[in-house]
Amino acid sequence: MAALTIAGRVFHSRLIIGTGGFRNLELMARAVEASGAEMATVAMRRVDPTAPGSLVEVLEGCGCSILPNTANCFTARDAVRTARLAREALETDWVKLEVIGDDKTLLPDAAELLDAAQTLVADGFTVLPYTNDDPVLARRLEEAGCAAVMPLGSPIGSGMGILNPYNLRLIVEAARVPVILDAGIGTASDATLAMEAGCDGVLLASAISRAEDPPAMASAMRLAVDAGRLARAAGRIPRRRYGEASSPIEGMAELT
Amino acid sequence: MPTVLLNGERITLPDGATAADAVRAAGAPSESRGVAVAVDGEVLPRGEWQATALTEDGQVEVLRAVQGG
Repeated sequence: MAALTIAGRVFHSRLIIGTGGFRNLELMARAVEASGAEMATVAMRRVDPTAPGSLVEVLEGCGCSILPNTANCFTARDAVRTARLAREALETDWVKLEVIGDDKTLLPDAAELLDAAQTLVADGFTVLPYTNDDPVLARRLEEAGCAAVMPLGSPIGSGMGILNPYNLRLIVEAARVPVILDAGIGTASDATLAMEAGCDGVLLASAISRAEDPPAMASAMRLAVDAGRLARAAGRIPRRRYGEASSPIEGMAELT
Repeated sequence: MPTVLLNGERITLPDGATAADAVRAAGAPSESRGVAVAVDGEVLPRGEWQATALTEDGQVEVLRAVQGG
């Protein structure tokens, strides 16, 4: 299967994993291994001296590069500062840019998001914005110099899947940067649908981390992403209103 | 002795305390990899921690990567 290239970096896995919600680091590591993901996103928070283990070391041990995020930032200013702190801490200029506009739905704030994206691109960041499923905003983010666009399927952690497949297809059709479906995946079929719709990858956390058996769901997601990608490339049959026999009519026996 | 707001908690540090002292006081791992510091909202590059004296009422944030997102 062809590799995914984002900003010149090649990924053989099209699944990017979020680290939120796992009960402990050991379970997270097993799930990350099972997912096959090569990049994992992490949040930046105040140091907690009682926190066990080093998240970054565990992820790097799983062969993952680190994608810091600006989770829970509500303004462009906070997101930009968080990205700069993450760059200093983790020595990467990649960032999953997240600017939330509503604390109930966790939907992105389009104006703040675009503002932050422009600032960070100008500051040399490789910006991967978590965005609304809005084709116009996706285009504006691409024009701002973002390395990918990451539209939501449905709100973060909701598990409702892809609520607006039409908009997602419009985004895919127009984009000249990779499109990563980010947020809303509930189960494996949602990830497959995203890939069948033409997404270049899927980013998910809760669907794995809050599943009853996270490593098993991680395996399912790995297969689901690959299945969707293969099916997209294979070219599906058109939908028909009525049945169409796949066996020949000719040569039927007379059995009366 | 400067009193600063370190990760949201008021704390008094010895005279001449630097940002590097604040990192230790916050309980960050000693090798400090994966840790970043903001003083009064602005990122303080690692190379400047030792040389940056804390000032009275300064606001110091010491952050690291955690599970999330």
